Amino acid sequence: MMIGYQRSDGRKGIRNVIVVAYLVECAHHVARRIVDVSADMDVHLIGFPGCYPNEYSLRIMKNLCVHPNVGGVLIVSLGCEGFNREALHAAVAASGRPVETLVIQERGGTASTIAAGVKAVAAMKAAIANTSRVPIGLEDLVIATVCGGSDGTSGMTANPSVGKCFDRLVALGSTCIFEETGELIGCEQIMAERAVTPALGEAITACVAKASHYYTVMGYGSFAPGNADGGLTTQEEKSMGAYAKSGDSPISGIIKPGDFPPSNGLYLLDVVPDGEPRFGFPNINDNAEIAELIACGAHITLFTTGRGSVVGSAISPVIKICANPDTYKRMPDDMDVDAGRILNGEATLDEVGGEILDKIIAVASGGRSVSESLGHQEFILTYKSFEPVGPACLPMRARQA
Amino acid sequence: MTSAESSPLILLNDKDNVLACRRRIHVGETLLIDGMSVAARSTIDVGHKLARVDLGPGDVVLKYGVPIGSITQPTRIGEHVHTHNMKSDYIAITTRQSTGKESQP
Repeated sequence: MMIGYQRSDGRKGIRNVIVVAYLVECAHHVARRIVDVSADMDVHLIGFPGCYPNEYSLRIMKNLCVHPNVGGVLIVSLGCEGFNREALHAAVAASGRPVETLVIQERGGTASTIAAGVKAVAAMKAAIANTSRVPIGLEDLVIATVCGGSDGTSGMTANPSVGKCFDRLVALGSTCIFEETGELIGCEQIMAERAVTPALGEAITACVAKASHYYTVMGYGSFAPGNADGGLTTQEEKSMGAYAKSGDSPISGIIKPGDFPPSNGLYLLDVVPDGEPRFGFPNINDNAEIAELIACGAHITLFTTGRGSVVGSAISPVIKICANPDTYKRMPDDMDVDAGRILNGEATLDEVGGEILDKIIAVASGGRSVSESLGHQEFILTYKSFEPVGPACLPMRARQA
Repeated sequence: MTSAESSPLILLNDKDNVLACRRRIHVGETLLIDGMSVAARSTIDVGHKLARVDLGPGDVVLKYGVPIGSITQPTRIGEHVHTHNMKSDYIAITTRQSTGKESQP
């Protein structure tokens, strides 16, 4: 049975981590030292590098700090940056979690802030040790998926296996999120046909068109040189492989970074900013996508890779599913699931989909994923801007209202 | 059949005009494509694809039963299909040597 942590907003966590959050690059070193000195696998570093305020990044940081996997928050501010530290502190306090803000300029500088931070983390650890534990079921879980370091095998093995797993999760009442509309260019018509309403189908087509425009202006598609080394020739070929992660379930809605899915079922996360491109690439690397999925409430991220990504994440565990049998042989210690066996006829898509589901249950029960055990806690957050989703994007919310 | 478990090639959808490699294929290796014996013209890595039929410039490449781009150079059956003879119909891809400027539409 899975046992989780009950949170005041009704959600349940599968981890009870303490987050140390820096609010500008100038506070990064102090925050990192607090995490390093604390030397605890469940003390995680997150942060925002910019000095200018940004509504999106404040919202993402708030959502991350009150994520069900988080038990307490230490905020580290330099003092003069634009980030609204009071609003972040208030959001965490309102959730009932222990929270403390250290302002380096008011605390006597680097060494004394690190010392105060290490003490604060230790006190928080003690305070959250008795967080009430409750049984959790698959219907309580939000499971996300991304692909990274894709190659020609991704779309044949790991991605459709995740699709099979997603179909089972949706049938069992979980909430599933797939994303990166820039990697769905070319799939928009078939994807729109899976929408639960025609208006949602139109919204899906429009959001892929937005991605296509955005990437065209940027001058690069969502396509890395390693993708071509691995046999992928075009953006639309990569897209078709990536799309297979979504499985066959109906698509219940579109959300944007920081939105919580309003029901169980399958959701598409639209990660591409609205309006004309302003702050650069939609997501500058895989962890930028993972951070947004976690800000939407994801407890676990299923990460498929062909070339061999090693990353994990702060806050929510990453389960690594390796698509390519040669890559698995080269770096087995970084992979949770070997989907490349499908190519050799040693396993079916359904069998590997079942293995992924078993791994989700093991990790949700407290078992460490491989990247978690290795200490991978990558995190990145940059500037973006979004408009709220339109009413056509969330038909399930309209039905419940 | 190209999708038999013993074959190094897999046909992902009956409509496809390319086949995917389940393992590395070596130059000169005899491939059975729809009952026809063809010698591999180059070494082709796992996950890459090769032509199921003779293809010419402008032909749409079908994989997973859907268009994934079009052919730019004459390509014979069994030949590697990749960036040297195929392009995107959406956004051009880039390499480590690219500046990004060449991918502007």
